[in-house]
Amino acid sequence: MRMLFLGGAEAEPGRRCLLNQRSSSARTKKKNKRMLRRRLNRLLGGDEGRVHSRTIYVGQKSCPPNEAFIPPKFCDNRIVSSKYTVWNFLPKNLFEQFRRIANFYFLIIFLVQVIVDTPTSPVTSGLPLFFVITVTAIKQGYEDWLRHKADREVNEYQVSVLEDGRRIRKQSEKIRVGDIVEVEEDETFPCDLILLQSSREDGTCFVTTASLDGESNHKTHYTVPDTESDLQYLSATIECEQPQPDLYKFVGRMHIYNNRQEPDVRSLGPENLLLKGANLKNTQKICGVAVYTGMETKMALNYQGKSQKRSAVEKSINAFLLVYLFILVSKALVCTTLKYVWQSKHDEPWYNEKTQKEKDTNLYLKMFTDFLSFMVLFNFIIPVSMYVTVEMQKFLGSFFITWDKDFFDPEIKEGALVNTSDLNEELGQVEYIFTDKTGTLTQNNMEFIECCIDGFQYRHREDSSELDGVCVTDGPVNKVQQKAGTEREELFLRALCLCHTVQVKESTKNGRDQVDGLGADEEVLHPPQKERGFIASSPDEIALVQGAMRYGFTFLGLESKNMKILNRNKDVETYELLHVLNFDPVRRRMSVMVRSKTGDILLFCKGADSSIFPRVRQEEVERIRMHVERNATDGYRTLCVAYKHLSAEEYANADAGLREAKLALQDREEKLMDVYNQVETEMTLIGATAVEDQLQDEAAQTMEALQVAGMKVWVLTGDKMETAKSTCYACGLFKKNTELLELTLRTLEDGGRRREERLHDLLLEYHKKAVQDAPPVKLGITRSWSVASHGFGFIIDGASLSMVLSSSSESNSSLYKNLFLQICQNCTAVLCCRMAPLQKAQIVRLVKNSKGSPITLSIGDGANDVSMILEAHVGIGIKGKEGRQAVKNSDYAIPKLKHLKKLLLAHGHLYYVRIAHLVQYFFYKNLCFILPQFLYQFFCGFSQQPLYDAAYLTMYNICFTSMPILAYSLLEQHICIEVLLDNSTLYREIAKNAMLRWKLFLYWTALGLFHGLVFFFGVRFLFSNPALQDNGQVFGNWSYGTIVFTVLVFTVTLKLALITRHWTWINHFVIWGSLAFYVFFSFFWGGIIWPFLRHQRLYFVFANMLSSVSAWLVIILLILLSLLPEILLVVLRKPRGPHARQNAHITPYKKKQVQSNVGGPQSSARPLLMRTFSDESNTVI
Amino acid sequence: MADGPWRGFYCAFAVSMYSMFMWKVGRGRKKKGRGMTGKGELLHPGKDLSVLLTSLFLCSPADCAIKAMVKHEQEESPNRPDNTAFTQQRLPAWQPILSAGIVIPGFVLIGLAFIGVGVGLFITSRDVQVLELDYTGAVATDPCYKCSDPSIKDCGCTMEFHLDTLFKGPVVIYYGLNNYFQNQRKYGISKDDNQLYGDLDTFKSPATACSPYDYDGKRNPIVPCGALANSMFNDTFRLYRMVNGSKKEVPLNGKGIAWWTDQNVKYRNPNETPLINAFNGTVKPINWPKAAYELDTTDVYNNGFINQDFLVWMRRAALPDFRKLYRRITKDEYQAGLPAGNYSLEISYNYHVLSFKGKKKLVLSNVSWMGGKNDFLGIAYLVVGSLCVIMSIVMLIVYAKFKFPEED
Repeated sequence: MRMLFLGGAEAEPGRRCLLNQRSSSARTKKKNKRMLRRRLNRLLGGDEGRVHSRTIYVGQKSCPPNEAFIPPKFCDNRIVSSKYTVWNFLPKNLFEQFRRIANFYFLIIFLVQVIVDTPTSPVTSGLPLFFVITVTAIKQGYEDWLRHKADREVNEYQVSVLEDGRRIRKQSEKIRVGDIVEVEEDETFPCDLILLQSSREDGTCFVTTASLDGESNHKTHYTVPDTESDLQYLSATIECEQPQPDLYKFVGRMHIYNNRQEPDVRSLGPENLLLKGANLKNTQKICGVAVYTGMETKMALNYQGKSQKRSAVEKSINAFLLVYLFILVSKALVCTTLKYVWQSKHDEPWYNEKTQKEKDTNLYLKMFTDFLSFMVLFNFIIPVSMYVTVEMQKFLGSFFITWDKDFFDPEIKEGALVNTSDLNEELGQVEYIFTDKTGTLTQNNMEFIECCIDGFQYRHREDSSELDGVCVTDGPVNKVQQKAGTEREELFLRALCLCHTVQVKESTKNGRDQVDGLGADEEVLHPPQKERGFIASSPDEIALVQGAMRYGFTFLGLESKNMKILNRNKDVETYELLHVLNFDPVRRRMSVMVRSKTGDILLFCKGADSSIFPRVRQEEVERIRMHVERNATDGYRTLCVAYKHLSAEEYANADAGLREAKLALQDREEKLMDVYNQVETEMTLIGATAVEDQLQDEAAQTMEALQVAGMKVWVLTGDKMETAKSTCYACGLFKKNTELLELTLRTLEDGGRRREERLHDLLLEYHKKAVQDAPPVKLGITRSWSVASHGFGFIIDGASLSMVLSSSSESNSSLYKNLFLQICQNCTAVLCCRMAPLQKAQIVRLVKNSKGSPITLSIGDGANDVSMILEAHVGIGIKGKEGRQAVKNSDYAIPKLKHLKKLLLAHGHLYYVRIAHLVQYFFYKNLCFILPQFLYQFFCGFSQQPLYDAAYLTMYNICFTSMPILAYSLLEQHICIEVLLDNSTLYREIAKNAMLRWKLFLYWTALGLFHGLVFFFGVRFLFSNPALQDNGQVFGNWSYGTIVFTVLVFTVTLKLALITRHWTWINHFVIWGSLAFYVFFSFFWGGIIWPFLRHQRLYFVFANMLSSVSAWLVIILLILLSLLPEILLVVLRKPRGPHARQNAHITPYKKKQVQSNVGGPQSSARPLLMRTFSDESNTVI
Repeated sequence: MADGPWRGFYCAFAVSMYSMFMWKVGRGRKKKGRGMTGKGELLHPGKDLSVLLTSLFLCSPADCAIKAMVKHEQEESPNRPDNTAFTQQRLPAWQPILSAGIVIPGFVLIGLAFIGVGVGLFITSRDVQVLELDYTGAVATDPCYKCSDPSIKDCGCTMEFHLDTLFKGPVVIYYGLNNYFQNQRKYGISKDDNQLYGDLDTFKSPATACSPYDYDGKRNPIVPCGALANSMFNDTFRLYRMVNGSKKEVPLNGKGIAWWTDQNVKYRNPNETPLINAFNGTVKPINWPKAAYELDTTDVYNNGFINQDFLVWMRRAALPDFRKLYRRITKDEYQAGLPAGNYSLEISYNYHVLSFKGKKKLVLSNVSWMGGKNDFLGIAYLVVGSLCVIMSIVMLIVYAKFKFPEED
């Protein structure tokens, strides 16, 4: 605590004083409190939740030795990923399952059937429910057993622990916090360790964290500096923060007790922490002290699943369910009421007297049980099978995405990945696409294009005619007039070689030795240029190092804090690496401090121009700014390089500041930042670099198709505005005639007024331009695809965005937000540059929660996109080069951007249409299933007499009508995939949940009502004379029900056949198979005296029915009558305009025509990267 | 993903679907394999299926797909999706279009066919003769009025009627009841199927569903128990033809009025001879004039639970106004029908319906191939048939107006 407030406030001495004063008193209080708490903790066994840090005794030894050692209590190293034990499995699992609303509903129905005397036996709803619950329980139990097994394997894994100087083999679960654990090469760390000792000389070790974040590159971790070489005698404590799930954050410090009074203090950061689950590589063995164990390791804390996303379709289903629940309840209420009205009119007939018990029962209780009975009788209107079918459709449907060979990328040898199948149909509903730039729109395949030293351009190209600098070929720089001095050149190249965090890949041990070998002549003579592999977290850095290599400066590697580079003269230069001032997206730069052999201390800094220019001497800026801007306009990623000579004093200051800040337990980040900002000032600008990031394959075509499909594409990037803008032009998001509205720091600072005022004015001005004056945009299909012809593009940067979002006054804030949203929503494309990851999520949330709650989709490839991927309705990960973070957190992952087109336009569209029909059809078929049963109550004295046999009630949804709709919902292609891809506008037809609107729902409901009425009353009139057989015999009530049911099954199946546009053999099989199965089942069910049945009520009913000509005739009649309006509608609908379905059958020649019409003049093929046109003319300001 | 409880289902479904096409693929590859590589290392659908089965329960769909595919693609890239018509959603498909060229002639044909059938039905139905005789006795002028008082036992009454023309045979006689809710649920389940299947154990302890018709006041079990059996229709009829002022009885045939399966399979008498032994210690239903074993003492095959009148009654009617088959007139000179003339119907009136405002009637009818008289079917067929024709005309007009756009 003592050093906490020392660092980083030098710039404001006055404030610092104040702070110091205030904090010192607070500090003592805090310190006291803390001591007290720690003591209490020890007494009470550690109530961790309230304390911010934990203290660990390395090697379980008391420190300092004279103090009494009370081992603190932490959880053990047992990993428990299983959910159940043998004892709690049944109750817990059942509880979990019945928490689902559907299961609970069916349980209630079942219980009612058991308790109350109801018309249908409990078996009808109990059996399916029992089946579903059992299968799920078995599946979950099995999965849990596997987890138990896996846990056991991990927990009983043998590890070596150093205790009192001896190596002891222990089971992993017995590791306690403070134990010193030894891990050998290729082993997995058993818990989170602080690295104390490594077998490598430079005190580093390499790990891969593939199982944690999916990144397979080697990462370097460092030992705590200057620890005792013999761990047996190490006496130290570690104070660190409480466990938290962020994998990349760790702060702590280590107190090392020597015999001296004051303990040495070392700062600990994430580079010292080895995470459980990571693998040790390239290092023989390491020793580390356990800091977090068991369920407190970062891996375990990251274990919990993502929050569930729900699709819009599901919301519609729920709304429809409510309607049907309402219908159900009102049906039951109507029946109950009418029953008592009826009974008051009809005296109890002598043939059907009540029992004594019934007479004694309270009237209201009777009414209530009657109500419940009716509920049970009609409960099939909300069937279990709908949930089963919807889930099945989603689960099985998602296979088609993983199976699609168009998504297979031969480079990474992987196809698409589906992480959740709940959102398939959401892919067909996307209105806003938020895309990352680097790695998503572009390949993230960096190539060093040119650099600029002291205002002279160096281009690695043959033709140099247009350039204002000098062309530099592979060889050493020629001495020509127009170029910078050799000294500057070399300084610049050295800077490129030194200022980075690139590692040299050590593929084999041989290779490593070679690199390690100091001054090896061979190496000097044959620099392994081409074979040299670099590893870095960002491909830019590699590109820069490789660029420097091309000009003769080769980075050889980092070895025990010494960076070695091979210069043009093939000499090895060694620099001592003093500090790395890490890159972060806020600072947008990174620096290194090195000491050269001559003892000079140099600071090299590279970063975005906006972050470098204010920190260098202004006179140098102009010369280079020109180049940077031109490069940026050309779509290159630019970085500026600056350096600074540090005097011994300056360095000492900085060094102290950095060390202090690194030791801080709280607000370490901010403190470090302060020091960094302090050091990185008054630098000298030496040059700039330009790195090209090529556009992804078909990026422009994809974007164009998506825009034509009615989606709005927003680019959210952390990159510079100019670079991002040119990428937008290249992808066709901005067209030549797009009017750009710019809201960036640059435009805000124009006019010399206060930023807030300017913001206000600009927003109003843009609003007027884009929203008020713009011609009203019609929604839906009528909106033509020519919106691009005269559109607006909006550009905003991070700083302006935060001004918009967090304006000083409350009223302004919401006003700005609204203005901003309205402007953006009227623009064809929006570019947000200089975005921090959280800002990306902020924008997504802003749009997501705006009016009409549009469906959003985020696509990105890097860890910085995770927040927006998680925030959007659908998150898409690109299997790019920046690790697997995005893929892991996404809902769907595809290898390339171009695959998005098919994913949305084809798969999404089809899934949406399929599930929409599935849902509507399900409600329809259950309405016309139950309606006759309801109507029958009017003819049987409201006595809850079921119309259908129990077997039919149970099987209707499970067997007779389930397979055709399932097959339909998996295979239907109302428009074939090629046409969908060629004709992006088709996507608009289903926008805004078009197929699940209330109008359509009402149509289907009306259809269900109509069919139910036809079924029931058709048979009712037939039964006005029940003598239907040619021998004069009569039919009874079960025959009545069976005829209705037969008509029902045939009609709903044929209705599905009518809407099926794509008849594969599977459709034929299940549709005709279902009908055949129904007939077969009915014969079978009625043809045998079943020993377990009490009521054999359907005995030979079906066969007798078929022996009656009248029954046949009425069945045919009613089926045709029910489908007649449908056929008429299908036929009459056709002549209206070029309907989608027709497009499915155009010849290829016609298809081409359509395509060219759709694209219009705008769709002419565009060069992948347009480098030469000035976009300034289109900018408003 | 897909943590829903339905995983089991779709896994099973996936297995079946997958195995189906894998089988096809496997066969397809077999041929190819022989021709191209000749390795003879053929894919084994069964083996794949087992792999799939074992992996299915744990994996996510992506895993599933990949695992399943790994087996098949080892010789190629391990993750490359299968290039089959099924996985690529390119199964050959028939895409029917309801074009005017098909629909309009189709509708005309269907319409004409329906009209044809409708005409046939209508004529048949019109030719069916029906004679209904309401003998409830609700009005004082009715011959059976005196019997309608429930307190009078063993009442008989006679109705006279006249046939102008020959009542064509085969003539069937129904009794009809109105406003009688045989389809009430409680009433319908108030029986013991085990009793009726001849299970002697249940004779002593009828099912509780029979309550309050399970035991009489002295706790003697009622056989057959239940409201349904208890309320069996027990009016009987005799038909006389007036020939020259003398009555000549028309023989009524009570055979074959119930479903054959009901009499022979579904219902059974207990295995005791004589039948009366089985009914020891039981009492007849309260409303019955005689016990079950006395329903037809002349014919063992028509006695007890397999008495056809009983069976006809036990098959519940669908609607509250119904008729049930009573007898046929098939014998001798009446085979061709009832000749014109005067007839007299002697009714033994036992069954009281006025208490619930019901009506009773006797119906004489002849039957056609479509059953009894039923105008509905014929009319409905005519209407739907004409609708089809009209619709096709409307469509023709619409298409003429739009000039058959798809034929362009």
